[in-house]
Amino acid sequence: MVRFALRRLLYSLPVLLIGSFLLFWAVRTVFDPLLKLRQVRDPGVIARETERLGLDQGILTQYWRWLSGFLTGDWGVSSRTSGDVRPMIQSALTVTLELLVWGLIFATLAAVLIGVWSAVRQYSFSDHALTGLSYLGLALPAFWFGLVLIQVLAVWPQQLFGWSEPPFFFVGLSSPDQDPSFVDTARHMVLPVLTLTVGLVATWSRFTRSSMLDSLSSDYVRTARAKGVPRHRVVVHHALRNAWGPLITVIAIDAALLIGGLLVTEQVFSIPGMGRLFLESLLAGDVFVLLPWMLITGIAVIVLNLMADIAYGVLDPRVRVT
Amino acid sequence: MTTASTQPTVVQKKRPRFWTRFSRHRLAVLGAGILAILAISCYGAAFIAPYDQDEQNLLLGPTPPSWDHLLGTDELGRDYLTEILYAGQVSLSLAIGVALMATAIGVFIGAVAGYRGGWLDDLFMRVTDLFLVVPAIALLALALQGLGHNPLSIVLVLSLIGWTYIARVVRGQVLSLREREFIDAARVIGAKDRQVLVRHILPNLGGLIAVNVALAVAGAIIIESTLSFLGFGVQPPQTSWGNMLSQASGLIGTSKVYLLYFPGLFILITVLAVNFVGDGLRDALDPRSTSQPTPRRGRS
Repeated sequence: MVRFALRRLLYSLPVLLIGSFLLFWAVRTVFDPLLKLRQVRDPGVIARETERLGLDQGILTQYWRWLSGFLTGDWGVSSRTSGDVRPMIQSALTVTLELLVWGLIFATLAAVLIGVWSAVRQYSFSDHALTGLSYLGLALPAFWFGLVLIQVLAVWPQQLFGWSEPPFFFVGLSSPDQDPSFVDTARHMVLPVLTLTVGLVATWSRFTRSSMLDSLSSDYVRTARAKGVPRHRVVVHHALRNAWGPLITVIAIDAALLIGGLLVTEQVFSIPGMGRLFLESLLAGDVFVLLPWMLITGIAVIVLNLMADIAYGVLDPRVRVT
Repeated sequence: MTTASTQPTVVQKKRPRFWTRFSRHRLAVLGAGILAILAISCYGAAFIAPYDQDEQNLLLGPTPPSWDHLLGTDELGRDYLTEILYAGQVSLSLAIGVALMATAIGVFIGAVAGYRGGWLDDLFMRVTDLFLVVPAIALLALALQGLGHNPLSIVLVLSLIGWTYIARVVRGQVLSLREREFIDAARVIGAKDRQVLVRHILPNLGGLIAVNVALAVAGAIIIESTLSFLGFGVQPPQTSWGNMLSQASGLIGTSKVYLLYFPGLFILITVLAVNFVGDGLRDALDPRSTSQPTPRRGRS
């Protein structure tokens, strides 16, 4: 298992290296790292900074300098805030991971519950209703869904009942003037998690349904039923156990989609995480934040993929990961 | 048609079968109808829209929906339905442009990679691996920030980043097609690679391509609106459904929140309709579902 994981990581190294070089090249072509200094009257400043950052050297040399800086923990200084890049990304990452983990847990649970329910009751009223809802979930722009959620679940109840604060908060992930408590975090988390996962729940539940239908109509399920295993046990232990594998692959493929969804969700709910950091840096042309951001999300996607492969092997004993 | 009897019978048989299958898919027919109405009213907005595009009524200001203004008016007293129809021209045109271009690129690359194999195929697979690692929306925003936000660069960037999915599907299909006997036969009689691809393989991908164009239109509408919301899409004064939503997003909790609902509903309805049509096309064109079209639903 460990060897498999290591081999997979080694295999993704070249993809990551080439990808990060291409992005480095693109970002360097598009943005001027010295934009802020262009208006300075002293002509020597530009020359000095160019010299200091090595901007007059070849792109490969520049890339190597940046990468070795990145690997040794020297991530440079943001041109937007003039602060160190590393603490900025670290604090954004902590916020985002919280959202991401809850999103992943919620989306997987909801998708499996909905999918299994629909498959077990195929062509029933609830199956049709859930199918209709998943069609809607696939057709919704997530940011609009988030905005409508704020209006319907937070603003309306507050206005209707005249409460002093809305039932669910929609700015940030914690109240600034309070000690963090579970209830407070949960009230902040509900709407962003729903926004982040609406499309994924729709896709994954469809997928669970069809892969459950496959395994429910297979011989071993019929055998289990015939020998008198209770229905719910057949569904959970025989059918779902076999339907998991393909679902996990889909979840892994959608990892990048999930991270992309952070951009929208964090923008709608003003969450100071990686998504917002990216947008703010992009609008300010802050090369020093954009580059490590890209590399870190790339690593995150690869690690999520790897975790999915390992989980596949754990859940399906027929797959041997060596 | 009097000349029909001279045509090869295969062609005659194929057409009615496609239409009967498609029309059996009731949601697809409904979707096609909705799309037709939407397209006519958006592109014919100059004739259909209840008011002129820039007609303002500053004294009226923002009003909720009424009989005079079915979807209300915005802050400048402009009729909101009129605005949505004109914005729809931009959104629909961009989406269709992206879908066609991304599909063209994807089919070309996928077909060549799958047919030729070897190092070309390896290169292709590695390139699509790269695209899987970076969140598409971040890449799109980055590219648009670099290239500017005019409609042409939006179409270019979205297609240059969106071709990988269809390319993978086409490649898979070509990999299996090229092992078939009719391809061997074509090669034996001396057809060149280009001829085999264009004359023998491409026609067999027709259904796949049609379905993908539909799904790509749906995807492009959503992505364009998302980018506009984030500030990287169509810029004012030009309007699209996405940037109308972006402008209305600050109205939550105010009495003007109705301005937030309608552009979103138009996006929702359009994408739903396109998805239904895509499903209908897939069921009608899928050679494996020869008997009854199974009620297959959702994106698999």
